Amino acid sequence: MGLQNTIFNAFNKSIVFGLVGITVTDRYAGVCPIRGSSMSPTFNPSSSSSSSFTDDYVFLEKFCLDKYKFSHGDVVIFSDPTNYKGRCVKRIVAMEGDYVSNVNGATKVPEGHCWVEGDNSGFSSDSRTYGPIPLGLIEGRVTHVIWPPERIKKVDRRIPPQERLAF
Amino acid sequence: MSFLLGKWSAIAKESINRAAIVAKFLCLLHVTNTYIFSPTLVYGPSMLPTLNLTGDVVLSEYISHRLGKVGPGDVVLIQSPENPRKMITKRIVAMEGEAVSFLVNPSRSDRSRTVVVPKGHVWIQGDNIYASNDSRNFGPIPYGLIQGRVCCRVWPIDGFGSL
Repeated sequence: MGLQNTIFNAFNKSIVFGLVGITVTDRYAGVCPIRGSSMSPTFNPSSSSSSSFTDDYVFLEKFCLDKYKFSHGDVVIFSDPTNYKGRCVKRIVAMEGDYVSNVNGATKVPEGHCWVEGDNSGFSSDSRTYGPIPLGLIEGRVTHVIWPPERIKKVDRRIPPQERLAF
Repeated sequence: MSFLLGKWSAIAKESINRAAIVAKFLCLLHVTNTYIFSPTLVYGPSMLPTLNLTGDVVLSEYISHRLGKVGPGDVVLIQSPENPRKMITKRIVAMEGEAVSFLVNPSRSDRSRTVVVPKGHVWIQGDNIYASNDSRNFGPIPYGLIQGRVCCRVWPIDGFGSL
């Protein structure tokens, strides 16, 4: 009887913990690993090896999803527009209504979209390949690097160089 | 004095317990509403023969799009690509890699165009092609914008049934 009770209690607690955990990570904040070198000076600066030990972990805040208010230079995580199971992390370069210059002249970013690019432009597949992405794909804003411990820092909002934006 | 303190701590404990129950309930609600199913009010002219203009309550489920099981013909809830705060209800016409031909402006001319849906995208259209803002205007949308699949109508009660 006592053993059954303990098992039942543990089961109950773990379900409650799971529910609360899912809610918090969905609505407020979460932690996410970063793979690949497309954001190289900011995340994974020395990613010659692709082992998961050297991955950076970042802290995501999701309060920005209430109103979908983002600004230039925010680092965001969004679901990959070419493959819904994957996720990408990139920096917002231009918001709706801005003009971005690229290989085929200047493009106007349409309503409800944003233009994202990686910091390491040589190794990044971003809006230069698939065009502007809808804001609805964005899943959170990266605020801090929390792992590895020697590089714990705030991810600052870096305004891209002005010549990329054509006004 | 100690009697008063004990009373206050009992009240505090009681209120914390109550608040925890409410918080757990809200978490349960959030999880069912985002991962299993929820009722949704849909209105507008774009799905007219299927869904009414004045507003229907439909039951939508949030499992099959995560497993990649939605296909052409399904009515889905989508986060509008033009305004991320808005949800729209449309029918999937074609999945990635399929060719779709559509009338560019059905009320004025018979001119049609054919496009191939790119990788990771879907082509959505309203059932009422004369009054619908859909992929014919903003192009194919990424699969990741799909939020759920509408499975049956709940209200009005005489229209109860699957769509």
